Amino acid sequence: MEPVLELRGITKRFPGVLANDHISLDLKQGEIHALLGENGAGKTTLMNILYGLYKPDEGEIFVKGKKLLVETPNDAIKAGVGMVHQHFMLIPVFTVTENVMLGDEYLTAGNFLDRKKAAARIREISQTYNLQVDPDAYVKDLPVGIQQRVEIIKLLFRNADILILDEPTAVLTPQEVDELFKIMKTLVSQGKSIILITHKLREVMEFAERTTVIRGGKVIGSAKQSETNQFELASMMVGRQIELNIEKKDPDVKEVVLDVKSLKVLDTHHQIAVQDVSFEVRSGEVLGIAGVQGNGQTELVRALTGLDHPVEGKIHLLGKDITHAPVKQITEIGTAHIPEDRQKDGLVLAYSIEDNLILNTWYKEPFAHNIVLQRKVILENADKLIANFDIRTPNAQTATSNLSGGNQQKVIVAREFSRPIKLLVASQPTRGLDVGSIEYIHRRIIEKRDDGCAVLLVSTELDEIMQLSDRIAVMYRGRILAIVDAKTTSRETIGLLMAGVTPEAH
Amino acid sequence: MTKTEETQKKKDVLSTFFDELRRNSLTVTVLAILTGLLAGGLIAAVTTEGVYAAFRVSFFEGIKAGAMVFWNTYKALFTGSVGVPADIVSALRSGDAVAINKAFTPFFESLLQATPYIFAGLAVALGFRVGLFNIGAEGQIFVGALGTVWVATAFKGLPGIIHVPLALLGGAICGGIWGMIPGWLKAKTGAHEVINTIMMNYIAFRLSEYMLTGILRDPNKSTPISAPIEKSAWLPRFFDDPNRFHAGFFVALLMAFLVYWLLFRTSWGFELRTVGSNPNAARYAGMSIVRSTVLTMFLSGALAGMAGANEVLGVNHNLAVAFSSGYGFDSIALALLGNSHPLGVVLASLLFGFLRNGAIQMQLTAGIPIDIISVLQALILAFIAAPAIIRTMYRLKEPKAEGK
Repeated sequence: MEPVLELRGITKRFPGVLANDHISLDLKQGEIHALLGENGAGKTTLMNILYGLYKPDEGEIFVKGKKLLVETPNDAIKAGVGMVHQHFMLIPVFTVTENVMLGDEYLTAGNFLDRKKAAARIREISQTYNLQVDPDAYVKDLPVGIQQRVEIIKLLFRNADILILDEPTAVLTPQEVDELFKIMKTLVSQGKSIILITHKLREVMEFAERTTVIRGGKVIGSAKQSETNQFELASMMVGRQIELNIEKKDPDVKEVVLDVKSLKVLDTHHQIAVQDVSFEVRSGEVLGIAGVQGNGQTELVRALTGLDHPVEGKIHLLGKDITHAPVKQITEIGTAHIPEDRQKDGLVLAYSIEDNLILNTWYKEPFAHNIVLQRKVILENADKLIANFDIRTPNAQTATSNLSGGNQQKVIVAREFSRPIKLLVASQPTRGLDVGSIEYIHRRIIEKRDDGCAVLLVSTELDEIMQLSDRIAVMYRGRILAIVDAKTTSRETIGLLMAGVTPEAH
Repeated sequence: MTKTEETQKKKDVLSTFFDELRRNSLTVTVLAILTGLLAGGLIAAVTTEGVYAAFRVSFFEGIKAGAMVFWNTYKALFTGSVGVPADIVSALRSGDAVAINKAFTPFFESLLQATPYIFAGLAVALGFRVGLFNIGAEGQIFVGALGTVWVATAFKGLPGIIHVPLALLGGAICGGIWGMIPGWLKAKTGAHEVINTIMMNYIAFRLSEYMLTGILRDPNKSTPISAPIEKSAWLPRFFDDPNRFHAGFFVALLMAFLVYWLLFRTSWGFELRTVGSNPNAARYAGMSIVRSTVLTMFLSGALAGMAGANEVLGVNHNLAVAFSSGYGFDSIALALLGNSHPLGVVLASLLFGFLRNGAIQMQLTAGIPIDIISVLQALILAFIAAPAIIRTMYRLKEPKAEGK
């Protein structure tokens, strides 16, 4: 049977870079096909060409055997191609119906919007594809997983047969990921075909029938699910053998560095986010805090690093009471903080790399001497760190906004690790990063732990927690349900704890 | 290389140069100014009664009249702001000091007009760099002037070398306090400084009226004007009448340098700019948003206060009620035009100063209302604020962003 979509020899050049180099790809009817590659590999460019946002310099597109000339997204939509972008294109203050019909409105006789008809069609689609959603709900009130359903409904509303999903699981909880893949199975059983753009190896292995790997704008290879494994795919993506599981020696645990007792923290709406939390972290070990996003981890980290203050409880760092201490003091005692949202909290994107590297030490010798900034010293420091931490950039004066996500994170890691630290608080340290950067950061974290640093790792990626932690604490609804040993506890047990199921409670 | 390859290479170099020129945002600024000036001339032509009268005679007469108005506008603007080239040349040739002074007076008067703009522009620009909108520059100018005039009239018998800096300082401190109040309110309560600085303006105006009809009023006069300031408090002048150029210009340049040095060369400035660029990151880095806000509003107010001081000590040598004609508000446009950078502010201030001075002449000789200058300034600002207009008009390109 001929493929439902075929790309032949697609080539796209931007000034100075060959983004797509004679890429050929085919999608079979009813298939879930994964497009795997690191950030900058060219997969988004390729999909943007398919969707009419770019014009290819060379190459042809065939949909259902017919050659297709795509000049604008409208051409793609008419041909039955639809794309759900990584960053949703929804209007929060519109209802689901209004968002879905935007651009393709049903009109009544007098040229008025026919919301009822559109809502009825949406309910029909919901039934057929098992995509439950309330057409009259406002998008801003919907959780992220449901918003994604609205995006998919937008495509089905326009009779898309070929669906392109760009990094769909980046924003979902593990449960929502499972829901999404159930939906994908239903779509496929109803005759749709799906291209899944991702860099998550585990999901590719679980859900994609075929995977095509792209690197440096070229197709490196294509493999069927049954014929390959994560390690092979990873090395195709990066071009070398990747350590998916970091070798780590047994922890050499010494004194207590961080001591938290009965902590209670409120969130921005003055609701209790962290309740009666106690734990300690010792020098030479990694304590991982596991849990689905939204169970208080964010507020806990803010309280520990001085960005917020707890309303009850005590925090001691190396014996000193830092419960209400300002950020500067906590940093000076010897804390490093890799923040959850690197662009919001951890960097000033408009600043050069060298300035971001002294963001929290700007006032100290040797970077400033009697309030005068010592530019030469700052530059030397930056050059050294750029080399040590392999930050890919033309030079130290480049604006940080020009770096890729992985390199931006390396700037933060380089900065935090360049001080003598006793406690490292790493919150979602590899969020949004490619496999190569993830490997790098994991390696550095273990290095610090072996150096005698106490590491508090907070992550929603269970794999990361299990790989790096010596002990694991699971947070659920603001409390710590259990603290277990990483080596002897199973993934299933932790998964249950993350869902609030304690072993005693069945 | 073959001949064709060589010419190809030359063409590539040239086309790359023009390509870059078309991308550069400085090009946009320059073109915005030129376009604004052109538009100003067109508006002058279109609003002159005489042009319409000429059109009634014949189309050709109309165009001729319009072109005359267009030309006279610029001639007047130029001679008013820079001087009459013929006069300058003949004065230099004759070597007569009085004639030279007179010929260069328009130029120096332009610099003089630019001076308060520099102070006020720096005030607003500094605020912008820290994420603060100081709309209260006008009020801070008034309060600064009050402080200055008090120091300049109350102390008698001081040597000039002490009195002038003291009077400037008085103006700066009073303006600083006036700026610090909304700054403190913003830092402690989150009350937006736009609202509070505007309200403080009104308080300043009334305060100034109150004091100039009361304790600061010249006892020998019945109008709301202060006593003339002590001779020792005068900002020194360099030339004889009619050239009023005084040392305030250099004080302004000094302040521009100090603001530059503070913002870009010190750790204090690093903290201030970070608070302005990303307050979340500033908090993460251990910086104090409260301290930065209050300090910046104080410094901003102080700079604006010095604009007032400049007028009192350098130009008028007293203080009358409506002495500042909107410097504080123009300075907002100015700071934007100068990209909130001290050098940009100085250049933009020079532009505004020259325009303002030229406009006076333009009104006298070409009979064109001085308000055209406001229209002109507004157009320049609109073109700067919406660079897409200029880019479309001149077919420029977007500045290159590093590829993602």
